[in-house]
Amino acid sequence: MKGARRTKNIILGIIGILIAAYVLFPFYLVVMNSFKAQTSIVESPVSLAGASVAQLWENLTKVASNSNFNFWYAFGTSALITVISLVLLAVFGGMAAWVISRNNKKKWATAIYMVFIASMIIPFQVVMLPLISTFRDVGKFVGISMLQSIPGIVFAYCGFGGAMTVFILTGFIKGIPYELEEAASIDGCSPEGTFFRIIFPLLKPVITTVTILNGMWIWNDYLLPSLMLGQNGKVKTLPVAVQAFVGSYVKQWDLILTAALLAILPMIIIFMFAQKQIMSGMVEGAVK
Amino acid sequence: MEKSIKKYFPIFVLPTMIAFTIGFIAPFILGIYLSFCKFTTVIDAKFVGLSNYVKAFQDPTFLHAAWYTAAFTVASVLLINVLAFVVAKLLTKGFAGTNIFRTVFFMPNLIGGLILGYIWQLLLNGVLAYFGKTLTYTSAYGFWGLIILMLWQQVGYMMIIYIAGIQNIPGDLVEAAAIDGASKWQVLRYITIPMIMPSITICTFLTLTNGFKLFDQNLALTNGAPSKMSEMLALNIYNTAIRQNNYALGQAKAVLFFIILACVSLIQVRVSNKKEVEM
Repeated sequence: MKGARRTKNIILGIIGILIAAYVLFPFYLVVMNSFKAQTSIVESPVSLAGASVAQLWENLTKVASNSNFNFWYAFGTSALITVISLVLLAVFGGMAAWVISRNNKKKWATAIYMVFIASMIIPFQVVMLPLISTFRDVGKFVGISMLQSIPGIVFAYCGFGGAMTVFILTGFIKGIPYELEEAASIDGCSPEGTFFRIIFPLLKPVITTVTILNGMWIWNDYLLPSLMLGQNGKVKTLPVAVQAFVGSYVKQWDLILTAALLAILPMIIIFMFAQKQIMSGMVEGAVK
Repeated sequence: MEKSIKKYFPIFVLPTMIAFTIGFIAPFILGIYLSFCKFTTVIDAKFVGLSNYVKAFQDPTFLHAAWYTAAFTVASVLLINVLAFVVAKLLTKGFAGTNIFRTVFFMPNLIGGLILGYIWQLLLNGVLAYFGKTLTYTSAYGFWGLIILMLWQQVGYMMIIYIAGIQNIPGDLVEAAAIDGASKWQVLRYITIPMIMPSITICTFLTLTNGFKLFDQNLALTNGAPSKMSEMLALNIYNTAIRQNNYALGQAKAVLFFIILACVSLIQVRVSNKKEVEM
Protein backbone atom coordinates (compact mmCIF):
# COMPACT_ATOMS: atom_id res chain seq x y z
CA MET A 1 0.00 0.00 0.00
CA LYS A 2 2.76 2.40 0.98
CA GLY A 3 4.78 1.45 -2.08
CA ALA A 4 1.79 2.01 -4.34
CA ARG A 5 1.36 5.46 -2.88
CA ARG A 6 4.98 6.29 -3.52
CA THR A 7 4.79 5.14 -7.13
CA LYS A 8 1.67 7.25 -7.55
CA ASN A 9 3.44 10.31 -6.17
CA ILE A 10 6.38 9.75 -8.48
CA ILE A 11 4.05 9.48 -11.47
CA LEU A 12 2.26 12.67 -10.42
CA GLY A 13 5.62 14.39 -9.99
CA ILE A 14 6.68 13.35 -13.49
CA ILE A 15 3.42 14.63 -14.97
CA GLY A 16 3.98 17.90 -13.10
CA ILE A 17 7.51 18.22 -14.45
CA LEU A 18 6.31 17.56 -18.00
CA ILE A 19 3.66 20.28 -17.74
CA ALA A 20 6.23 22.61 -16.16
CA ALA A 21 8.56 21.99 -19.10
CA TYR A 22 5.74 22.83 -21.52
CA VAL A 23 4.95 26.01 -19.56
CA LEU A 24 8.56 27.13 -19.29
CA PHE A 25 9.64 26.33 -22.85
CA PRO A 26 8.37 29.60 -24.43
CA PHE A 27 10.19 31.56 -21.71
CA TYR A 28 13.34 29.64 -22.52
CA LEU A 29 12.79 30.35 -26.18
CA VAL A 30 12.66 34.11 -25.62
CA VAL A 31 15.77 34.16 -23.47
CA MET A 32 17.75 31.84 -25.73
CA ASN A 33 16.86 33.61 -28.96
CA SER A 34 17.79 36.98 -27.49
CA PHE A 35 21.35 35.62 -27.64
CA LYS A 36 21.06 34.92 -31.37
CA ALA A 37 21.21 36.95 -34.57
CA GLN A 38 18.22 37.34 -36.91
CA THR A 39 19.53 34.79 -39.42
CA SER A 40 20.03 32.01 -36.87
CA ILE A 41 16.64 32.72 -35.25
CA VAL A 42 14.87 32.39 -38.58
CA GLU A 43 16.90 29.30 -39.49
CA SER A 44 15.84 27.42 -36.38
CA PRO A 45 14.24 29.12 -33.39
CA VAL A 46 14.56 26.01 -31.22
CA SER A 47 18.26 25.26 -31.72
CA LEU A 48 21.04 26.76 -29.65
CA ALA A 49 23.25 27.27 -32.70
CA GLY A 50 24.56 30.80 -33.06
CA ALA A 51 23.85 31.88 -29.49
CA SER A 52 26.51 34.02 -27.83
CA VAL A 53 26.79 36.65 -25.15
CA ALA A 54 28.34 39.05 -27.64
CA GLN A 55 25.24 38.68 -29.80
CA LEU A 56 22.97 39.51 -26.85
CA TRP A 57 25.00 42.68 -26.36
CA GLU A 58 24.68 43.49 -30.01
CA ASN A 59 20.91 42.90 -29.93
CA LEU A 60 20.56 45.14 -26.90
CA THR A 61 22.54 47.89 -28.63
CA LYS A 62 20.45 47.48 -31.77
CA VAL A 63 17.22 47.71 -29.78
CA ALA A 64 18.44 50.76 -27.88
CA SER A 65 19.89 52.58 -30.88
CA ASN A 66 17.17 51.88 -33.44
CA SER A 67 16.52 54.89 -35.63
CA ASN A 68 12.77 55.22 -35.05
CA PHE A 69 12.52 55.83 -31.34
CA ASN A 70 14.39 55.72 -28.07
CA PHE A 71 13.80 52.30 -26.52
CA TRP A 72 14.85 53.22 -22.98
CA TYR A 73 12.52 56.16 -23.21
CA ALA A 74 9.71 53.72 -24.09
CA PHE A 75 10.70 51.62 -21.10
CA GLY A 76 10.57 54.69 -18.85
CA THR A 77 7.27 55.78 -20.38
CA SER A 78 5.70 52.41 -19.62
CA ALA A 79 7.01 52.45 -16.07
CA LEU A 80 5.88 56.04 -15.50
CA ILE A 81 2.39 55.46 -16.93
CA THR A 82 1.94 52.29 -14.90
CA VAL A 83 3.15 53.73 -11.59
CA ILE A 84 1.26 57.03 -11.78
CA SER A 85 -1.96 55.33 -12.92
CA LEU A 86 -1.72 52.79 -10.10
CA VAL A 87 -1.21 55.45 -7.42
CA LEU A 88 -4.03 57.62 -8.73
CA LEU A 89 -6.38 54.65 -9.11
CA ALA A 90 -5.67 53.51 -5.55
CA VAL A 91 -6.13 56.95 -3.96
CA PHE A 92 -9.04 58.27 -6.05
CA GLY A 93 -10.67 54.85 -6.30
CA GLY A 94 -10.44 54.45 -2.54
CA MET A 95 -11.95 57.88 -1.96
CA ALA A 96 -14.86 57.20 -4.33
CA ALA A 97 -15.44 53.71 -2.95
CA TRP A 98 -15.51 55.00 0.62
CA VAL A 99 -18.13 57.63 -0.08
CA ILE A 100 -20.21 55.25 -2.21
CA SER A 101 -20.21 52.45 0.34
CA ARG A 102 -21.02 54.81 3.24
CA ASN A 103 -23.98 56.22 1.32
CA ASN A 104 -25.21 52.92 -0.02
CA LYS A 105 -28.79 53.59 1.01
CA LYS A 106 -28.97 56.74 -1.09
CA LYS A 107 -30.14 56.65 -4.67
CA TRP A 108 -27.30 58.61 -6.27
CA ALA A 109 -24.66 56.36 -4.73
CA THR A 110 -26.46 53.22 -5.89
CA ALA A 111 -26.87 54.75 -9.34
CA ILE A 112 -23.15 55.54 -9.67
CA TYR A 113 -22.29 52.09 -8.41
CA MET A 114 -24.61 50.40 -10.91
CA VAL A 115 -23.14 52.44 -13.78
CA PHE A 116 -19.65 51.32 -12.75
CA ILE A 117 -20.68 47.67 -12.71
CA ALA A 118 -22.54 47.89 -16.01
CA SER A 119 -19.54 49.53 -17.67
CA MET A 120 -17.31 46.56 -16.94
CA ILE A 121 -18.97 44.42 -19.58
CA ILE A 122 -18.60 47.01 -22.37
CA PRO A 123 -15.79 46.06 -24.76
CA PHE A 124 -13.13 48.65 -25.54
CA GLN A 125 -13.95 48.58 -29.27
CA VAL A 126 -17.22 50.44 -28.68
CA VAL A 127 -15.49 53.46 -27.17
CA MET A 128 -12.23 53.26 -29.11
CA LEU A 129 -13.03 55.70 -31.93
CA PRO A 130 -15.07 58.29 -29.97
CA LEU A 131 -12.44 58.17 -27.22
CA ILE A 132 -9.83 59.60 -29.56
CA SER A 133 -12.04 62.48 -30.69
CA THR A 134 -13.29 63.18 -27.15
CA PHE A 135 -9.72 63.33 -25.91
CA ARG A 136 -8.68 65.57 -28.77
CA ASP A 137 -11.50 68.01 -27.93
CA VAL A 138 -10.86 67.91 -24.20
CA GLY A 139 -7.15 68.44 -24.86
CA LYS A 140 -7.87 71.53 -26.96
CA PHE A 141 -10.23 72.79 -24.29
CA VAL A 142 -7.80 72.33 -21.41
CA GLY A 143 -4.77 73.34 -23.41
CA ILE A 144 -2.80 70.14 -22.74
CA SER A 145 -2.45 67.56 -25.50
CA MET A 146 -4.33 64.48 -24.30
CA LEU A 147 -3.22 62.36 -27.24
CA GLN A 148 0.42 61.40 -27.69
CA SER A 149 1.09 62.36 -24.11
CA ILE A 150 1.65 60.56 -20.83
CA PRO A 151 -0.96 62.58 -18.84
CA GLY A 152 -3.60 61.71 -21.44
CA ILE A 153 -2.96 57.99 -21.15
CA VAL A 154 -2.87 58.12 -17.35
CA PHE A 155 -6.19 59.95 -17.43
CA ALA A 156 -7.67 57.28 -19.70
CA TYR A 157 -6.48 54.49 -17.41
CA CYS A 158 -8.02 56.26 -14.39
CA GLY A 159 -11.32 56.27 -16.28
CA PHE A 160 -11.16 52.70 -17.54
CA GLY A 161 -9.70 51.18 -14.38
CA GLY A 162 -11.90 53.24 -12.08
CA ALA A 163 -14.97 51.03 -12.35
CA MET A 164 -13.27 47.76 -11.40
CA THR A 165 -11.19 49.45 -8.68
CA VAL A 166 -14.21 51.07 -7.05
CA PHE A 167 -16.18 47.83 -7.35
CA ILE A 168 -13.57 45.75 -5.51
CA LEU A 169 -12.79 48.44 -2.91
CA THR A 170 -16.47 49.09 -2.13
CA GLY A 171 -17.00 45.44 -1.30
CA PHE A 172 -14.12 45.59 1.16
CA ILE A 173 -15.04 48.90 2.79
CA LYS A 174 -18.55 47.58 3.57
CA GLY A 175 -16.86 45.19 6.00
CA ILE A 176 -15.07 47.96 7.93
CA PRO A 177 -17.10 48.87 11.06
CA TYR A 178 -18.67 52.27 10.91
CA GLU A 179 -17.89 52.82 14.64
CA LEU A 180 -14.27 53.53 13.72
CA GLU A 181 -15.29 56.59 11.76
CA GLU A 182 -17.71 57.71 14.45
CA ALA A 183 -14.99 57.52 17.05
CA ALA A 184 -12.67 59.55 14.83
CA SER A 185 -15.38 62.11 14.25
CA ILE A 186 -16.03 62.44 18.00
CA ASP A 187 -12.32 62.97 18.51
CA GLY A 188 -12.57 65.86 16.10
CA CYS A 189 -11.14 64.26 12.97
CA SER A 190 -12.22 65.81 9.67
CA PRO A 191 -13.74 63.58 6.96
CA GLU A 192 -10.61 63.75 4.78
CA GLY A 193 -8.51 63.03 7.86
CA THR A 194 -10.76 60.08 8.70
CA PHE A 195 -10.27 58.70 5.24
CA PHE A 196 -6.52 59.15 4.89
CA ARG A 197 -5.54 58.36 8.49
CA ILE A 198 -8.02 55.62 9.37
CA ILE A 199 -9.74 54.07 6.36
CA PHE A 200 -6.97 54.17 3.77
CA PRO A 201 -4.40 52.30 5.90
CA LEU A 202 -7.01 49.60 6.55
CA LEU A 203 -7.43 49.14 2.80
CA LYS A 204 -3.86 47.91 2.36
CA PRO A 205 -4.65 44.25 1.50
CA VAL A 206 -7.36 45.11 -1.00
CA ILE A 207 -5.33 47.96 -2.50
CA THR A 208 -2.61 45.38 -3.10
CA THR A 209 -5.14 43.24 -4.98
CA VAL A 210 -6.39 46.02 -7.26
CA THR A 211 -2.86 47.31 -7.83
CA ILE A 212 -1.77 43.87 -9.01
CA LEU A 213 -4.77 43.49 -11.32
CA ASN A 214 -4.47 47.02 -12.72
CA GLY A 215 -0.67 46.81 -12.94
CA MET A 216 -0.67 43.63 -15.03
CA TRP A 217 -3.27 45.13 -17.32
CA ILE A 218 -1.65 48.57 -17.78
CA TRP A 219 1.93 47.32 -18.20
CA ASN A 220 0.88 44.82 -20.88
CA ASP A 221 -1.87 46.83 -22.59
CA TYR A 222 -1.37 47.41 -26.28
CA LEU A 223 -4.53 48.68 -27.98
CA LEU A 224 -5.22 51.79 -25.90
CA PRO A 225 -1.68 53.23 -26.04
CA SER A 226 -1.29 52.28 -29.70
CA LEU A 227 -4.43 54.25 -30.57
CA MET A 228 -3.72 57.21 -28.34
CA LEU A 229 -0.03 57.52 -29.10
CA GLY A 230 -0.21 56.46 -32.74
CA GLN A 231 2.03 53.87 -34.38
CA ASN A 232 4.62 56.40 -35.52
CA GLY A 233 4.55 58.79 -32.59
CA LYS A 234 7.63 59.69 -30.57
CA VAL A 235 6.11 58.58 -27.26
CA LYS A 236 5.79 54.80 -27.02
CA THR A 237 4.99 52.22 -24.38
CA LEU A 238 6.79 48.86 -24.42
CA PRO A 239 4.10 46.82 -26.22
CA VAL A 240 3.82 49.58 -28.83
CA ALA A 241 7.61 49.52 -29.18
CA VAL A 242 7.60 45.74 -29.70
CA GLN A 243 4.93 46.15 -32.37
CA ALA A 244 7.12 48.77 -34.06
CA PHE A 245 9.78 46.09 -34.65
CA VAL A 246 7.21 43.98 -36.45
CA GLY A 247 7.52 45.39 -39.95
CA SER A 248 4.90 44.87 -42.63
CA TYR A 249 7.10 42.46 -44.58
CA VAL A 250 10.07 41.36 -42.52
CA LYS A 251 9.82 40.63 -38.83
CA GLN A 252 12.98 41.69 -37.01
CA TRP A 253 12.93 38.74 -34.65
CA ASP A 254 16.22 39.64 -32.96
CA LEU A 255 14.76 43.01 -31.97
CA ILE A 256 11.27 41.69 -31.18
CA LEU A 257 12.55 39.01 -28.84
CA THR A 258 15.14 41.16 -27.11
CA ALA A 259 12.52 43.86 -26.55
CA ALA A 260 10.07 41.19 -25.37
CA LEU A 261 12.64 39.93 -22.90
CA LEU A 262 13.13 43.43 -21.53
CA ALA A 263 9.37 43.88 -21.23
CA ILE A 264 8.85 40.55 -19.45
CA LEU A 265 11.83 40.84 -17.10
CA PRO A 266 10.39 43.45 -14.67
CA MET A 267 7.21 41.38 -14.28
CA ILE A 268 9.18 38.21 -13.56
CA ILE A 269 11.36 40.00 -11.01
CA ILE A 270 8.34 41.49 -9.23
CA PHE A 271 6.63 38.10 -9.36
CA MET A 272 9.61 36.41 -7.72
CA PHE A 273 9.41 38.76 -4.75
CA ALA A 274 5.65 38.82 -4.41
CA GLN A 275 4.37 35.57 -5.93
CA LYS A 276 2.03 34.80 -3.02
CA GLN A 277 0.42 38.25 -3.12
CA ILE A 278 0.14 38.23 -6.90
CA MET A 279 -1.44 34.80 -7.10
CA SER A 280 -3.88 35.34 -4.24
CA GLY A 281 -4.55 38.88 -5.47
CA MET A 282 -5.55 37.66 -8.89
CA VAL A 283 -7.82 35.01 -7.42
CA GLU A 284 -9.49 37.47 -5.05
CA GLY A 285 -9.92 39.98 -7.84
CA ALA A 286 -11.53 37.33 -10.02
CA VAL A 287 -13.77 35.97 -7.29
CA LYS A 288 -15.21 39.42 -6.73
CA MET B 1 -20.94 62.32 10.76
CA GLU B 2 -23.40 61.22 8.08
CA LYS B 3 -23.83 64.84 7.19
CA SER B 4 -20.17 65.68 6.90
CA ILE B 5 -19.52 62.72 4.62
CA LYS B 6 -22.36 63.90 2.46
CA LYS B 7 -20.79 67.33 2.29
CA TYR B 8 -17.51 65.90 1.13
CA PHE B 9 -19.09 63.59 -1.35
CA PRO B 10 -18.53 65.64 -4.52
CA ILE B 11 -14.85 66.18 -3.82
CA PHE B 12 -14.19 62.54 -3.04
CA VAL B 13 -16.01 60.97 -5.97
CA LEU B 14 -15.15 63.73 -8.41
CA PRO B 15 -11.69 62.63 -9.61
CA THR B 16 -12.85 59.13 -10.52
CA MET B 17 -16.13 60.39 -11.94
CA ILE B 18 -14.44 63.00 -14.17
CA ALA B 19 -12.02 60.45 -15.60
CA PHE B 20 -14.80 57.90 -15.95
CA THR B 21 -17.17 60.35 -17.65
CA ILE B 22 -14.66 61.75 -20.12
CA GLY B 23 -12.83 58.48 -20.68
CA PHE B 24 -15.81 56.19 -20.77
CA ILE B 25 -19.38 57.45 -20.53
CA ALA B 26 -19.03 60.28 -23.06
CA PRO B 27 -17.26 58.13 -25.68
CA PHE B 28 -19.76 55.33 -25.09
CA ILE B 29 -22.82 57.51 -25.69
CA LEU B 30 -21.09 59.21 -28.61
CA GLY B 31 -20.19 55.77 -29.96
CA ILE B 32 -23.77 54.52 -29.85
CA TYR B 33 -24.93 57.67 -31.61
CA LEU B 34 -22.18 57.53 -34.24
CA SER B 35 -23.09 53.97 -35.14
CA PHE B 36 -26.27 55.43 -36.68
CA CYS B 37 -24.32 58.08 -38.59
CA LYS B 38 -22.19 58.47 -41.64
CA PHE B 39 -18.97 60.20 -40.68
CA THR B 40 -15.28 60.65 -41.28
CA THR B 41 -14.79 62.99 -38.34
CA VAL B 42 -17.14 63.38 -35.40
CA ILE B 43 -18.12 66.92 -36.45
CA ASP B 44 -19.49 66.04 -39.89
CA ALA B 45 -21.59 63.12 -38.64
CA LYS B 46 -24.91 62.76 -40.48
CA PHE B 47 -27.71 60.60 -39.17
CA VAL B 48 -28.36 57.71 -41.53
CA GLY B 49 -30.41 55.34 -39.40
CA LEU B 50 -29.65 51.65 -39.56
CA SER B 51 -27.66 51.61 -42.79
CA ASN B 52 -24.34 50.91 -41.02
CA TYR B 53 -25.91 47.92 -39.32
CA VAL B 54 -27.31 46.65 -42.60
CA LYS B 55 -23.82 46.93 -44.09
CA ALA B 56 -22.34 45.08 -41.12
CA PHE B 57 -24.71 42.16 -41.66
CA GLN B 58 -23.88 42.14 -45.36
CA ASP B 59 -20.14 42.04 -44.69
CA PRO B 60 -18.99 38.42 -45.13
CA THR B 61 -15.76 39.04 -43.15
CA PHE B 62 -17.80 40.20 -40.15
CA LEU B 63 -20.12 37.19 -40.29
CA HIS B 64 -17.15 34.87 -40.66
CA ALA B 65 -15.42 36.57 -37.71
CA ALA B 66 -18.56 36.15 -35.59
CA TRP B 67 -18.77 32.46 -36.37
CA TYR B 68 -15.03 31.98 -35.89
CA THR B 69 -15.12 33.81 -32.54
CA ALA B 70 -18.05 31.72 -31.32
CA ALA B 71 -16.32 28.45 -32.29
CA PHE B 72 -13.08 29.60 -30.70
CA THR B 73 -14.81 30.68 -27.49
CA VAL B 74 -16.68 27.40 -27.08
CA ALA B 75 -13.54 25.33 -27.70
CA SER B 76 -11.35 27.46 -25.44
CA VAL B 77 -13.86 27.63 -22.57
CA LEU B 78 -14.27 23.84 -22.56
CA LEU B 79 -10.60 22.97 -22.93
CA ILE B 80 -9.24 25.57 -20.51
CA ASN B 81 -11.71 24.68 -17.79
CA VAL B 82 -11.38 20.91 -18.09
CA LEU B 83 -7.58 21.06 -18.13
CA ALA B 84 -7.42 23.63 -15.34
CA PHE B 85 -9.66 21.42 -13.21
CA VAL B 86 -7.61 18.30 -13.92
CA VAL B 87 -4.35 20.08 -13.08
CA ALA B 88 -5.93 21.55 -9.94
CA LYS B 89 -7.00 18.05 -8.86
CA LEU B 90 -3.45 16.81 -9.45
CA LEU B 91 -1.93 19.64 -7.45
CA THR B 92 -4.21 19.17 -4.44
CA LYS B 93 -3.03 15.59 -3.90
CA GLY B 94 -0.27 16.90 -1.70
CA PHE B 95 2.80 15.38 -3.32
CA ALA B 96 6.19 17.05 -3.06
CA GLY B 97 6.75 20.29 -4.91
CA THR B 98 3.11 21.20 -5.60
CA ASN B 99 3.74 24.79 -4.56
CA ILE B 100 6.55 25.20 -7.05
CA PHE B 101 4.38 23.72 -9.79
CA ARG B 102 1.56 26.11 -8.96
CA THR B 103 3.92 29.07 -9.20
CA VAL B 104 5.42 27.91 -12.48
CA PHE B 105 2.04 27.14 -14.06
CA PHE B 106 0.86 30.62 -13.16
CA MET B 107 3.79 32.43 -14.78
CA PRO B 108 2.39 32.79 -18.34
CA ASN B 109 -0.15 35.25 -16.94
CA LEU B 110 2.61 37.78 -16.44
CA ILE B 111 3.18 38.27 -20.15
CA GLY B 112 1.05 40.60 -22.23
CA GLY B 113 -1.06 39.21 -25.07
CA LEU B 114 0.85 40.92 -27.85
CA ILE B 115 4.29 39.68 -26.83
CA LEU B 116 2.85 36.27 -26.12
CA GLY B 117 1.41 36.11 -29.61
CA TYR B 118 4.78 36.77 -31.21
CA ILE B 119 6.55 34.24 -29.01
CA TRP B 120 4.05 31.56 -29.98
CA GLN B 121 4.17 32.55 -33.62
CA LEU B 122 7.91 31.91 -33.59
CA LEU B 123 7.53 28.67 -31.65
CA LEU B 124 4.63 27.18 -33.60
CA ASN B 125 6.04 28.19 -36.97
CA GLY B 126 9.36 26.68 -35.89
CA VAL B 127 7.61 23.38 -35.18
CA LEU B 128 5.36 23.50 -38.24
CA ALA B 129 8.39 24.15 -40.46
CA TYR B 130 9.32 20.48 -40.01
CA PHE B 131 6.07 19.61 -41.77
CA GLY B 132 6.47 22.30 -44.41
CA LYS B 133 3.52 24.28 -43.08
CA THR B 134 2.98 27.62 -41.31
CA LEU B 135 0.34 28.99 -38.97
CA THR B 136 -1.29 30.82 -41.83
CA TYR B 137 -1.52 27.73 -44.07
CA THR B 138 -5.28 27.44 -43.44
CA SER B 139 -7.51 29.09 -40.86
CA ALA B 140 -7.61 25.79 -38.92
CA TYR B 141 -3.89 26.13 -38.13
CA GLY B 142 -4.45 29.64 -36.80
CA PHE B 143 -7.47 28.40 -34.83
CA TRP B 144 -5.67 25.58 -33.02
CA GLY B 145 -2.53 27.66 -32.67
CA LEU B 146 -4.56 30.27 -30.84
CA ILE B 147 -6.17 27.56 -28.70
CA ILE B 148 -2.75 26.18 -27.72
CA LEU B 149 -1.60 29.71 -26.88
CA MET B 150 -4.67 30.44 -24.77
CA LEU B 151 -4.38 27.11 -22.95
CA TRP B 152 -0.79 27.92 -22.15
CA GLN B 153 -1.72 31.35 -20.86
CA GLN B 154 -4.95 30.72 -18.98
CA VAL B 155 -4.88 27.20 -17.55
CA GLY B 156 -2.54 28.36 -14.78
CA TYR B 157 -4.82 31.18 -13.72
CA MET B 158 -8.03 29.12 -13.74
CA MET B 159 -6.17 26.32 -11.98
CA ILE B 160 -5.47 28.61 -9.01
CA ILE B 161 -9.17 29.47 -8.75
CA TYR B 162 -10.11 25.77 -8.89
CA ILE B 163 -7.50 24.91 -6.27
CA ALA B 164 -9.03 27.50 -3.93
CA GLY B 165 -12.44 25.90 -4.57
CA ILE B 166 -11.24 22.33 -4.01
CA GLN B 167 -9.46 23.27 -0.79
CA ASN B 168 -12.70 24.71 0.56
CA ILE B 169 -14.46 21.35 0.38
CA PRO B 170 -14.71 19.99 3.93
CA GLY B 171 -12.66 16.80 4.19
CA ASP B 172 -15.29 14.93 6.25
CA LEU B 173 -17.75 15.23 3.37
CA VAL B 174 -15.50 13.21 1.11
CA GLU B 175 -14.69 10.79 3.95
CA ALA B 176 -18.38 10.25 4.74
CA ALA B 177 -19.05 9.50 1.11
CA ALA B 178 -16.16 7.05 1.02
CA ILE B 179 -17.51 5.24 4.10
CA ASP B 180 -20.91 5.03 2.43
CA GLY B 181 -19.16 3.24 -0.41
CA ALA B 182 -19.17 5.99 -3.03
CA SER B 183 -16.82 5.36 -5.94
CA LYS B 184 -14.25 7.98 -6.94
CA TRP B 185 -16.41 8.92 -9.89
CA GLN B 186 -19.44 9.37 -7.64
CA VAL B 187 -17.46 11.57 -5.24
CA LEU B 188 -16.40 13.75 -8.17
CA ARG B 189 -19.90 13.91 -9.65
CA TYR B 190 -21.93 14.41 -6.47
CA ILE B 191 -19.53 16.17 -4.10
CA THR B 192 -16.55 17.83 -5.76
CA ILE B 193 -18.30 19.38 -8.77
CA PRO B 194 -21.35 20.72 -6.89
CA MET B 195 -19.10 22.07 -4.14
CA ILE B 196 -16.86 23.98 -6.53
CA MET B 197 -19.75 25.38 -8.56
CA PRO B 198 -18.82 28.98 -7.59
CA SER B 199 -15.30 28.44 -9.00
CA ILE B 200 -16.79 26.95 -12.17
CA THR B 201 -19.04 30.00 -12.56
CA ILE B 202 -16.13 32.43 -12.19
CA CYS B 203 -13.81 30.52 -14.50
CA THR B 204 -16.49 30.08 -17.15
CA PHE B 205 -17.27 33.77 -17.02
CA LEU B 206 -13.60 34.77 -17.25
CA THR B 207 -12.70 32.37 -20.07
CA LEU B 208 -15.89 33.24 -21.93
CA THR B 209 -15.29 36.99 -21.91
CA ASN B 210 -11.55 36.56 -22.52
CA GLY B 211 -12.30 34.38 -25.53
CA PHE B 212 -14.87 36.73 -26.97
CA LYS B 213 -12.82 39.88 -26.47
CA LEU B 214 -9.53 38.34 -27.60
CA PHE B 215 -7.53 40.84 -29.62
CA ASP B 216 -3.79 41.14 -28.88
CA GLN B 217 -3.07 37.44 -29.29
CA ASN B 218 -5.09 37.25 -32.50
CA LEU B 219 -3.30 40.29 -33.92
CA ALA B 220 0.15 38.99 -33.07
CA LEU B 221 -0.26 35.31 -33.90
CA THR B 222 -1.83 35.38 -37.37
CA ASN B 223 -3.22 38.91 -37.84
CA GLY B 224 -6.22 37.31 -39.51
CA ALA B 225 -4.20 35.53 -42.22
CA PRO B 226 -4.84 33.77 -44.56
CA SER B 227 -7.09 36.43 -46.13
CA LYS B 228 -9.03 37.30 -42.96
CA MET B 229 -9.99 33.68 -42.37
CA SER B 230 -8.57 33.63 -38.82
CA GLU B 231 -9.89 37.06 -37.91
CA MET B 232 -11.90 37.29 -34.70
CA LEU B 233 -14.56 39.92 -33.99
CA ALA B 234 -12.36 42.38 -32.10
CA LEU B 235 -9.69 42.26 -34.80
CA ASN B 236 -12.30 42.55 -37.56
CA ILE B 237 -13.66 45.72 -35.93
CA TYR B 238 -10.15 47.10 -35.51
CA ASN B 239 -9.24 46.41 -39.13
CA THR B 240 -12.49 47.94 -40.40
CA ALA B 241 -12.21 51.08 -38.30
CA ILE B 242 -8.48 51.72 -38.05
CA ARG B 243 -6.81 50.03 -41.02
CA GLN B 244 -9.52 50.69 -43.62
CA ASN B 245 -10.64 53.96 -42.02
CA ASN B 246 -14.26 52.88 -42.33
CA TYR B 247 -15.24 54.47 -39.03
CA ALA B 248 -19.01 54.24 -39.39
CA LEU B 249 -19.06 50.55 -40.25
CA GLY B 250 -16.49 49.78 -37.54
CA GLN B 251 -18.57 51.62 -34.96
CA ALA B 252 -21.74 49.73 -35.88
CA LYS B 253 -19.87 46.43 -35.71
CA ALA B 254 -18.52 47.41 -32.29
CA VAL B 255 -22.01 48.09 -30.95
CA LEU B 256 -23.19 44.72 -32.29
CA PHE B 257 -20.15 43.14 -30.64
CA PHE B 258 -21.16 44.74 -27.35
CA ILE B 259 -24.74 43.48 -27.65
CA ILE B 260 -23.60 39.91 -28.38
CA LEU B 261 -21.14 40.01 -25.48
CA ALA B 262 -23.75 41.40 -23.07
CA CYS B 263 -26.30 38.72 -24.06
CA VAL B 264 -23.81 35.88 -23.74
CA SER B 265 -22.60 37.08 -20.32
CA LEU B 266 -26.14 37.56 -19.01
CA ILE B 267 -27.21 34.10 -20.14
CA GLN B 268 -24.11 32.57 -18.58
CA VAL B 269 -24.66 34.32 -15.25
CA ARG B 270 -28.34 33.29 -15.21
CA VAL B 271 -27.58 29.65 -15.97
CA SER B 272 -24.82 29.36 -13.38
CA ASN B 273 -26.84 31.13 -10.69
CA LYS B 274 -29.62 28.59 -11.21
CA LYS B 275 -27.15 25.72 -10.91
CA GLU B 276 -25.66 27.13 -7.72
CA VAL B 277 -29.09 27.49 -6.12
CA GLU B 278 -30.16 23.99 -7.14
CA MET B 279 -27.29 22.36 -5.33
